[in-house]
Amino acid sequence: MATLLIADHDGAKLGDATAKALTAAALVGHPVDILVAGENVHAIAEAAARLDGVAKVLVADGATLANLLAEPLAELVVGLADRYAVIAAPASSAMKNALPRVAAKLDVMQISEVTAVVAPDTFERPIYAGNAIETVRSREPKLVMTIRGAAFTATASGDASAPIEAITAPGASAASQFLGADLTTSTRPELGSARIIVSGGRALGSAEKFDAVLAPLADKLGAAVGASRAAVDSGYAPNDLQVGQTGKVVAPELYIALGISGAIQHLAGMKDSKIIVAVNKDPDAPIFQIADYGLEEDLFTAVPAMLEALK
Amino acid sequence: MKIIVPVKRVVDANIKIRVKPDGSGVELANVKMAMNPFDEIAVEEALRLKEAGKATEIIVVSIGSATCAETIRTALAMGADRGILVKAEGRIEPLAVAKLLKAIVAKEEPGLVILGKQAIDDDSNQTGQMLAALLDWPQGTFASRVAVDGEHVEVTREVDGGLQTVRLALPAVVTTDLRLNEPRYASLPNIMKAKKKPLDETTSEALGVDATPRLEVVATREPSGRQAGIKVASAAELVAKLKTAGVL
Repeated sequence: MATLLIADHDGAKLGDATAKALTAAALVGHPVDILVAGENVHAIAEAAARLDGVAKVLVADGATLANLLAEPLAELVVGLADRYAVIAAPASSAMKNALPRVAAKLDVMQISEVTAVVAPDTFERPIYAGNAIETVRSREPKLVMTIRGAAFTATASGDASAPIEAITAPGASAASQFLGADLTTSTRPELGSARIIVSGGRALGSAEKFDAVLAPLADKLGAAVGASRAAVDSGYAPNDLQVGQTGKVVAPELYIALGISGAIQHLAGMKDSKIIVAVNKDPDAPIFQIADYGLEEDLFTAVPAMLEALK
Repeated sequence: MKIIVPVKRVVDANIKIRVKPDGSGVELANVKMAMNPFDEIAVEEALRLKEAGKATEIIVVSIGSATCAETIRTALAMGADRGILVKAEGRIEPLAVAKLLKAIVAKEEPGLVILGKQAIDDDSNQTGQMLAALLDWPQGTFASRVAVDGEHVEVTREVDGGLQTVRLALPAVVTTDLRLNEPRYASLPNIMKAKKKPLDETTSEALGVDATPRLEVVATREPSGRQAGIKVASAAELVAKLKTAGVL
């Protein structure tokens, strides 16, 4: 038997999350095939085929899969399930949407957000917003799981390419229709794969100041921009920048938290970062308890001073 | 159109949980419990649809021990019409919850099921999607806007990179994200009124569902801690330290 890993992508390129999920999928022990579903995704399939250790890439290319809606994607994966002992996917929003649909159709209980592979049937996953780690053993004949990218290093790509096999995309469904997307366009790195993240909290005070303070520092460092839930709820930053248990879970090499108090919810999303920097004028802010470097200063004076020091 | 809103009783979101010293789970004895916050948002959304004339009746369902009746009463006090308690003991996994809800949907024939995108205890984020699969209904998960229009519902979803809008044929399943709405507080008169609202009880056996867990929880532990580092005196010192650490 083998493992089927469903690739996450934005329609243009293979996400880093897939290479990270591949590392976890390989630990389960079976040969790993990657499924690339979408429309005009051959370049993505070729990138998936170059990932080290991939046995085969299946490509389902068709208009019905263009936006990776759960209904057609689940139908496709369920149709392939007989051949696989394990069905895995990165815990991206598209896969979190589709994979439980696959699991229920197969009458399998899914394991969500795997952070460690303990044994081929035993996994660790965070519960209570990361305040506890649960080890679960599956008694299911088949495993269905999503993998938290921040917990695994990405599998490397090489020159060798695995075979690519085209499969049929499912037909159109009348029940669910894509109307549109409003995606943030940014020249900055993606939150999920950025080496450095500059993140802002409620202390920024307004959307204008959020941008005015964070953008120059992020641009100087080549960093992605993140936000706390408080900043997003206050309308200072769009929801897709939210770092935390209910937003994105990240683990960059350097995480700079500006004016973020450090609610448990936020810490759950960034505490696996290699180095954490906290800038906050409140000496009692909980963020200082997990920061490698803490600077007790108003961010409105600290950030310009950091930019000066970086010159 | 009826709307079913499943609600889960969980440890109150403001409580800092403790892992039991023997690793057998999270301490739940004498801990304040409350409705899962995402489910509160689901109740609120259903109420707003009813107030807008898009729905006729809101039925709240909870699955678990007898104390889940309190969680149902909370939703009734917010304004839901009646409740169904499915009595079940022990750990009930999302797949079993979805099967139980499917059985209730078969009886009640709602046009919409609205529920939280995940419960803040097990963080599975599965039940809504699984219910949609078992019913063969379309799904609109992680909703930040819900608009019912005749035989369809438009759902704006919070996805990686921004927002996505889908149009689903009713009946459908919608799961709520944080920014969909701000749930109302129940007023005292409504809390009193809720005590008289109908609350039926049933069991997993009566609904013909085997709720035996499929996953075995082997152990529960505290996450690996992170030590506080050092305080620096200035931005210049901070930048210097980061350069020494090799990250800048």
